[in-house]
Amino acid sequence: MRELNMVKAINDALDVMLARDPDVLIFGEDVGYFGGVFRATEGLQARHGLKRCFDTPIAEGGIIATAIGMGAQGLRPVPEIQFADYILPAFDQLVSEASRLRYRSGGEFWAPITVRSPYGGGIFGGQTHSQSPEAIFAHVTGLKTVIPSTPYDAKGLLIAAIECDDPVIYLEPKRLYNGPFDGHHEREIATWAGHPAAQVPEGHYTVPLGKAAIVRPGEATTLLAYGTMVHVALAAVEEAGVDAEVIDLRSIVPLDIETILTSVNKTGRCVIVHEASRFGGFGGELTALIQERCFYGLETPIERVAGWDTPYPHAFEWDYFPGPARIAAALVRVMEIN
Amino acid sequence: MSNRPPLEFYVPEPPARPGQSSDFAKEAVPKAGLVRRPDALASAVDLRDLPFELIRVLDDDDQAVGPWDPGLSPERLRQGLKAMLLTRAFDDRLFRAHRQGKTSFYMKSTGEEAIGAAQSLEMEAQDMCFPTYRVMSWLHARGYPLVDMVNQIFSNASDPLRGRQLPILFSARDYGFYSLSGNLGTRFGHGVGWAMASAYRQIDSIALAYTGEGTTAEGDFHEALTFAAVYRAPVILCVTNNQWAISSFAGLAGTENTTFAARAIGYGIPGLRVDGNDFLAVTAATRWAVERARANKGPTLIEFYTYRVAGHSTSDDPTRYRPRDEAEHWPLGDPVSRLKQHLVAIGEWDDNRHAALIAELDTEVRSAVREAEAVGTLGKSKPPVSEMFEGVFAEPDWRLIEQSREIGGRDA
Repeated sequence: MRELNMVKAINDALDVMLARDPDVLIFGEDVGYFGGVFRATEGLQARHGLKRCFDTPIAEGGIIATAIGMGAQGLRPVPEIQFADYILPAFDQLVSEASRLRYRSGGEFWAPITVRSPYGGGIFGGQTHSQSPEAIFAHVTGLKTVIPSTPYDAKGLLIAAIECDDPVIYLEPKRLYNGPFDGHHEREIATWAGHPAAQVPEGHYTVPLGKAAIVRPGEATTLLAYGTMVHVALAAVEEAGVDAEVIDLRSIVPLDIETILTSVNKTGRCVIVHEASRFGGFGGELTALIQERCFYGLETPIERVAGWDTPYPHAFEWDYFPGPARIAAALVRVMEIN
Repeated sequence: MSNRPPLEFYVPEPPARPGQSSDFAKEAVPKAGLVRRPDALASAVDLRDLPFELIRVLDDDDQAVGPWDPGLSPERLRQGLKAMLLTRAFDDRLFRAHRQGKTSFYMKSTGEEAIGAAQSLEMEAQDMCFPTYRVMSWLHARGYPLVDMVNQIFSNASDPLRGRQLPILFSARDYGFYSLSGNLGTRFGHGVGWAMASAYRQIDSIALAYTGEGTTAEGDFHEALTFAAVYRAPVILCVTNNQWAISSFAGLAGTENTTFAARAIGYGIPGLRVDGNDFLAVTAATRWAVERARANKGPTLIEFYTYRVAGHSTSDDPTRYRPRDEAEHWPLGDPVSRLKQHLVAIGEWDDNRHAALIAELDTEVRSAVREAEAVGTLGKSKPPVSEMFEGVFAEPDWRLIEQSREIGGRDA
């Protein structure tokens, strides 16, 4: 057991898998010698060789197309897209090819690829370094979408994703790389030091895809979140003084519907939080699922707290960001109605 | 006032439209046998003239001439002829099956049969082809069971792709035929990835990927070429330039300014421009590129110059946008006739044997169609609806299990 921040935990997962499985290859823009713009692949080329962790041309469509072709032959490529905002040139490859290859070929070919990509805001990255595209991928049948919120989960989920025979979009909350950011941007930056989930075992372990974590048990309301917003939600719960049950979904596809329904049936209330803009966001799907399956157990309407329906604005980053105050207000609202 | 000429907005137009006389006057058809054949391991820098030539082996007297003559055995030539004739017989029969309402869609390879047939026979069993929908002769050359093919086209209960894919968008891994899809160009880069994987694992399986000339305008084409060149991938990247992308003539993909083979120059890889209706030239160019790929000299781009004789698909009517008789004026002739005439010229074939082979293949195709019809044509038979939910993931998640239960195994 060591204490690692999230970047180092991801690096550790990649290191473990490179050592363990010769079919694992890592590639992407700046990931090789340099070690990645966020340092996630630091030292991997030096340790495992040029052919295991290498740089690519700046061509996201080409990166994913190449990964699919390698995967179809039996490798387990782990391509990196430098920012989730840049994944769109590869959208056709992910939607039309990776996700459907197994289905359309009658099981003759499949693409066991894991696409890592940092997502989310809170770093003053403006419109092109801040977006949260998870709902777009959740909508594409045949893709799995995984979003960790702690160093421990980041490593275990990444190893599970790499070992999975389906294509996985693995979104890394970049604001959590160095600390469990609680949304209070005005305060001193917290690091992972001393956080229990920063205790990361050495070697191989997995956190199963499709299993949510109850990160704070509670009775008053259910609060669903993933990625960065898990920590913001926890802060909001304390500040609102509401005994919320906070569930970290960890993967949105596959979705742990059982854990969600059990909690909502118990509390009768639900607040859903994500950083992506609200309209058409994954919160809409969660809301629909809950009302379909828990309608008579609900005491109050489901609340969604999300980014506004604007592009991610540079100067207004903290106005856009669904911070603790907005989440706390929603918690108070769901508790006021009887 | 400036005395500059006004700017002119240019939109390319094909040489002839319906009602006009077909005009291939601009298509220079050089004599066979004239293009030099450099060593397959030569530096790409020394090969920059080749994309502007046209490699041809069969001459006007049906003889194989020049340095690119691959010296194929008569057996191999007959094998190629048979694969091409089978493709044609199959296309004719299944096109008719579509008109009879037995399936929803079909696409013919007419006029382009030499490309898939020659390359399929030249490449080895462990190699992988990343096809377009117009290289079905690849499968016919390798003896893919006709009845399985018809079952797929009918999407019936015996469809190897389980009713999930549009007719003729096959997948046949054991025949070196990667899964097709209906969007263009997306698999070009998969071929590069496959080749890179082979190099990384040091296994002897090179890749061959196809795209049409129209699709060379897609970013996928250029990204695949970039990756192939950068990592020196053992892949043969083929452009089947059949002049037409539905109604768009090759000029809309840029051919008025250069050749498709010449795209290679910008990537620093060899580009060959080959008579795609010449079975021997296709074989020879492929052999050259294969030797290069297996020797770690990286990718080759090959443009196969050919003509799409049929419509784009059963949903297309080419007389709406090109002269009705254009195919007859195509200067490179018909690939089947040319190979047949060559075999006749070298005393290895005759009209009787040819007619007998056509009859035999037609019977084979008819019998496969009958066998598939006995299972059922489109809508008359299909795999169990529960299979609709299989293969989305390695293991279905709760959604798929629930939805499969919801439909209750009941067909619509």
